[in-house]
Amino acid sequence: MKKSVFIGALTVASLTAGIAAAGTLDDVKARGKLNCGVSTGLVGFASPDANGKWEGYDVAICRAVAAAVLGDNTAVEFVPLSSKTRFTALASGEVDVLARNTTWTLSRDVDLKFDFVGVNYYDGQGFLIPKSMGVTSAKELDGATVCIQSGTTTELNLADYFRVNGISYEPVPVEGNSEAQKLYLAGACDTLTTDGSALAATRAAFEKPDDHIVLPEIISKEPLGPLVRHGDNEWGDIVRWTLNALISAEEYDITSANIEELSKGTNNPEINRILGTEGNMGEMLGLDADWAKRAIMSGGNFGEIFEANIGEKTPIGLSRGLNALWTEGGLIYSPPFR
Amino acid sequence: MTMINDQSYVRTEMLGEKSPPVSNVGIIGWMKNNLFSSPLNIVLSLLSIFAIYSVLAALLPWVFGGVWYASSLTECRAILFEIHGEATKRACWGVIRERFWQLMYGFYPSDLYWRPNLALVWLFAAIAPVLFNGLPKKMLLVSVAFPFVAPWLIWGGSFWVPVMAFMGFVVGFLVHRITSKTISSLVGIILGVLAALLWWLLLSGPIAEMMESIVPLEITKVGSRQIGGFMLAILLGITGITLSFPIGIVLALGRLSNLVIVKALCVGFIEFIRGVPLITLLFVASVLLNYFLPKGTQFDIILRVMIMITFFAAAYMAEVIRGGLAALPKGQYEAADALGLDYWQAQRLIILPQALKISIPGIVSNFIGLFKDTTLVSIIALSDPLGWVKLIQGNAEWNGVIWELYGFVAFVFFLFCFGMSRYSMYLERKLQTGH
Ligand SMILES: N[C@@H](CCC(=O)N[C@@H](CS)C(=O)NCC(=O)O)C(=O)O
Repeated sequence: MKKSVFIGALTVASLTAGIAAAGTLDDVKARGKLNCGVSTGLVGFASPDANGKWEGYDVAICRAVAAAVLGDNTAVEFVPLSSKTRFTALASGEVDVLARNTTWTLSRDVDLKFDFVGVNYYDGQGFLIPKSMGVTSAKELDGATVCIQSGTTTELNLADYFRVNGISYEPVPVEGNSEAQKLYLAGACDTLTTDGSALAATRAAFEKPDDHIVLPEIISKEPLGPLVRHGDNEWGDIVRWTLNALISAEEYDITSANIEELSKGTNNPEINRILGTEGNMGEMLGLDADWAKRAIMSGGNFGEIFEANIGEKTPIGLSRGLNALWTEGGLIYSPPFR
Repeated sequence: MTMINDQSYVRTEMLGEKSPPVSNVGIIGWMKNNLFSSPLNIVLSLLSIFAIYSVLAALLPWVFGGVWYASSLTECRAILFEIHGEATKRACWGVIRERFWQLMYGFYPSDLYWRPNLALVWLFAAIAPVLFNGLPKKMLLVSVAFPFVAPWLIWGGSFWVPVMAFMGFVVGFLVHRITSKTISSLVGIILGVLAALLWWLLLSGPIAEMMESIVPLEITKVGSRQIGGFMLAILLGITGITLSFPIGIVLALGRLSNLVIVKALCVGFIEFIRGVPLITLLFVASVLLNYFLPKGTQFDIILRVMIMITFFAAAYMAEVIRGGLAALPKGQYEAADALGLDYWQAQRLIILPQALKISIPGIVSNFIGLFKDTTLVSIIALSDPLGWVKLIQGNAEWNGVIWELYGFVAFVFFLFCFGMSRYSMYLERKLQTGH
C-alpha cells in the first residue's frame, strides 16, 4: 500500500471502507513488515543494542515469525509497549503479534478476546528481598511494602497470596521494570515482586547481587507466551506453528549449524516435514515449503534461543528447569508436524 | 583678617579620597552586608553554604570523575573500584558515549542523520525573515519551501509528493483568482478551497506516482517508528509550536468575533480541548483512531500525534493571545475604526502587533510547556528520550544505570528550555517600543 502522508486517512478510508477487513497475513505481506509488540526494555527478553538492533528472547519469536512469513527476519517493526498499553495495542491492530512476557490467563484469553498461541516460558512469581532483612519465607512478609507493576497479573496474585495467608501488605505501584528497580534499591519498598525471570535479570544488574535473595516461594503460575487477536485463526495458526517449529527443531536436533545439511533430506520423515522436503505443511498454512526452515535459521531452535538470550551463560543465568523439553523433564512440548 | 592669621596652619590642597574601609566594600563588604548582617542571617547563610557545599562535594566528583570508556555497567564499576576502592560515588558516562546517537535520533539510520540536520538548518533559514527585518525578499522562497521540503527530508520518499502537495495551493489559488473575478469573492474562496482539496485527495497521489515513474527522484524512506530520541521531541515541539501559533490567533479572534457561529465553534473547540488532558488525546490518536478507521489503514502514527499536539497547543495559545487582546485599551480599536481600516487591516496593522507583544511571555511559556509535554508520547509507544532511557536500561550491559541517563536527558531539556526563555526575553526587549 503506497499512500503518501498528505493524502492521509480520508482517501484510504473511503477507498477501503467497502472492502471487508483482509486477513492479518495479507496485511503483513502487503506492508512488508511485521508489527510486533515487545516490552519497553526487559533484560534478556527485549531491548535494542548499541547499534539499534533489537534482541532478546521475545524478540526472537517476532523474528522467527517474520522470517517464516516474509522471508526476512529483519522485516519487523518493534513496538515497545508497557504492561498497561499492550492489550489495547493488540486489540486495535497497532501490532500483529504481542510477544511481551504476557501471562496466559482465562480472562485475557476469553474476555479480552485474544488467542495465546503457546507458551515460550513457564514462569512463576517470586519475591526479591535484601538479605539484611533477615526474612527467609514470603509468609514472614506481614506488613511489608511491596513494589509492584500496575496492570499485571503480578498485582492480582499478590493480593490473593496475602489474603490466603492472612497477612497484610502495602503496595507501591510502579510503571515499569526500571522504575521498580530504582525504588527497591532506594529502599522505597521492602520487597520487589514480579515474574521470576525478571527478578533474576534485575538482581544480576545490582552492584552487589549477593546482598539480595529471591525467596523460595513461587506464588503463581505464569505461562508466558505470544498472543494474537481473536477471530483471525489463520494468522494465529501461523504464529502457533512457528513457535512449535522452533520447539520441534530442538527436539529433533535441528540446529542453525546443521539445518542446511538436514534440509537436503533425511531419513526422518518428521524432520523432512518440518523442513518442507516432504508433505505440504507450508501450503496448508498459506506459506511456502521453506517457512519453518527460515524460522529456525532466524535465531536457532528453541534451545539455542534460550541459551543465547537468558540461559546460563548470559548475565541473567536462568537454567532450563520447567522450560526444558518434555523429553528432559520440562514442560516444553510441541504437537506433531503431521 | 587678623583672625585668620592667628591660625597656625591652613591646609591649602584637598586631601585625596581615601578608599572606604575594607569591611564595607569588595567581597568582604558585600558578604558583611548581604550574608552576615544579623545573627539570624549569619546562621541562615552558614546553613545554606553548608548545604551548597555538601551538594557540590558529592555532585562534582560524580560528574567530573565519571568513567567515559566502559562498555557495560559491570566494567565501569570494576574500573571505578580499581581506582577508588568503591564504585558508586562516580558516574558511568560510558552509557551516554555509547548511546548518545540513539538518545538523539532514535533508530534513524546513522548515514542519513544529515537529512533531519538539514531540515533543522532550513528551519532557521525559514524563520529568519520573520525574526530579522532587512533580509532580501528572495529569502521568503526558502520559508515557503520549508513546510514541503522538511517532511520530505525527514521521511524520505519521492520528491514529487511535496511538489504535488505544493501544487494543491497553486491550483486553489488559480481557481480562486479566476472565479472571484468572474463570480464573487466568497464563491471564489469556497471554490478555491474545494479545488485544492480535490487536488490533494484525488489527483496529487496518482500524479506524483506517475511523475516518479517518469523522472525518479526518490530518497531512502524512513518509517515513523525509526524516528526517536530528541529528534522526535524537537520534531513534535517545532510542528506543534509553528502550527499552533497561527491556529491560536485565528481561534482567539474567532472567540472575540461578533459572528455567532464562528464564535460558538471557537469556544467549543477551545473549551473541549482544554477540558481534556493531553494524554487522553494521545491515546485517542494512538489506539482509538484505529478502531474507527478501516482495518489495514495506514495513518502515520507521528502524523496523528502531531495533529493532536497541535490542537492541544492551539487551544492554549488561543487563550494566551485572547489575554493579550483583552489587555489592549479600547482606544486602539476605536482609533483603527476612525482611520477607516476594515477588520483585517485593523487586526494586522494595529491590534495584533500590540496584543502579540504583550503575550510574548505567555506564548513562550506555552512553547516550553509544549516541548516538555512531548515526552508524554513515550506512553503511546513512541520512543522519545525518556522512552529510550527505558530501552537502554533493558539491555543487559546497562541495566541498573539510572542517574546518568535521566541526568543527561534533563540536562539537554534544560539547555533547550533555557535557550527558549532567554530568547523570549531578548525578543521582548527588542520589541519594546516604550510608553
Ligand atoms: N507476566 C506478567 C507481568 C508482565 C510484566 O509487565 N512484567 C514486567 C516485569 S517482569 C515487565 O515486563 N516490565 C518491562 C516493562 O516495563 O516494559 C503479566 O503478563 O501481567
